[in-house]
Amino acid sequence: MTTEQAIRHTPLYERHLALGGAMVPFAGYSMPQQYTGIREEHTAVRQRAGMFDISHMGEVMLTGPGAEATLQLLCANDVSRLEDGQALYGVMCNENGGIVDDIIVYRDSATEFMVVINAACRDGDIAWMRDHLGEATEFVDISDATALIAVQGPRAVAIVDAICDADLTALDTFHCTQGSVAGIAARISRTGYTGEDGVELYVAADDAVAVWDSVLTAGAGEGLVACGLGARDTLRLEAGLRLYGQDMDITNDPISSAIGWTVKLDKGVDCIGATALRAIDRKAPPQRFVGLEFEGRSIARHGQRVISAGSDAGEITSGTFSFTLGRGIATARIRGDADPSDLAVDIRGTVTAARTVALPFYRRPALQETTRG
Amino acid sequence: MADLSSYKFTKTHEWVRRDGDTAEVGITDHAQSQLGDVIFLDLPEVGAELVAGERFGTIESVKAASELYAPVSGTVSEINPALGSTPEAVNQAPYTDGWMLRLSAVAEGSAELLDEAAYKELAGE
Repeated sequence: MTTEQAIRHTPLYERHLALGGAMVPFAGYSMPQQYTGIREEHTAVRQRAGMFDISHMGEVMLTGPGAEATLQLLCANDVSRLEDGQALYGVMCNENGGIVDDIIVYRDSATEFMVVINAACRDGDIAWMRDHLGEATEFVDISDATALIAVQGPRAVAIVDAICDADLTALDTFHCTQGSVAGIAARISRTGYTGEDGVELYVAADDAVAVWDSVLTAGAGEGLVACGLGARDTLRLEAGLRLYGQDMDITNDPISSAIGWTVKLDKGVDCIGATALRAIDRKAPPQRFVGLEFEGRSIARHGQRVISAGSDAGEITSGTFSFTLGRGIATARIRGDADPSDLAVDIRGTVTAARTVALPFYRRPALQETTRG
Repeated sequence: MADLSSYKFTKTHEWVRRDGDTAEVGITDHAQSQLGDVIFLDLPEVGAELVAGERFGTIESVKAASELYAPVSGTVSEINPALGSTPEAVNQAPYTDGWMLRLSAVAEGSAELLDEAAYKELAGE
């Protein structure tokens, strides 16, 4: 079958099969949805540690004297505020202010940057970035040569630190360092997509299996388990983090997606889309992105309608059952003028009352100081 | 693994165990495995009439919501009281503790039912 031939494998594919992963297609890759169960994997990350293969993510390098200026054009956040070894979350927008993708930018030096992009957006992002390269900027797609392993949870940093030559406990949030993990060269970044402390390990594709096995062994006594995309999704939603393509896309701007804090229109140079973004009233955007909680175990799903005062007010972007909170949670995109104190969701014909809450739904205890660019 | 010789199975992955004119209904191990962590069950109330082959409720997991179909016709006499607070029983013991409904006045006719061997073939096990 053509679709099976076209599906891609990460360097850890054989490991997923050996661990009994339930493989599902995601962004063109065959990825593990779960190994033992979403609840078990989710809880391991909240209480102990979990490890995820996210090698499907794309990575590109922008280097040269013009790289920073190119990124200032491409990214709505202010890349010039980064110091060496620091990372930044932001969005790339088109001329209308529509989000092309959400990205992480790492500054390695004044002339070397790595950008992490979503797997599903990879081809489009690369074309977009190449089309908008400024002067004196070299662009290299290193996605296929790079594997990415996320180790997340309250014990994650200690587990990796024990097999790493760098002092990871001294590594600040949203910073990275070059080090060796089990003797293998890695970019070690104190970042993640779960709401927990942890690191993400960027390693050469050929080294992925050795690093995966080493972390699994190092974490075995600490309760670390392999986790799939199912737990990744429930964890990121509890943490109030966006999923591009589901929570927002090219038709949405970052301000109406409640990530206006990443949009820096006073950084001295205009990013692509700055004029359109400037025209949006930050206090009264045309749409709002809100968090919803339900009494009990109702689960709202992507695309279900949100109702305010008896009329249609928008739609659910993501919904799940929060294992940590023990109730249904969702994010919704609603009309800017809808009353957030009077929202309900049509869940397969049953109008279910929802309570609007601030994001994130879950904040880890003793949250460390976070650098938010 | 439970002894399933007294169970019959639908092509929609429910099971039924009849005893005279009463019956117990649940979903199969294959079904719970495909659904993953069960979060919520929307089941009929005691006294509701089930019609063989027709929808009687919804089961929701983290992954998806699925419809439940009645293997036989009958009157709901009992709903598993444990599933409200511990729906994961459906995952842990789908043929025993994870039962969903008990029926009385079960009619003679039924949906197309498979025996264990035929169901296992259908489920690819």
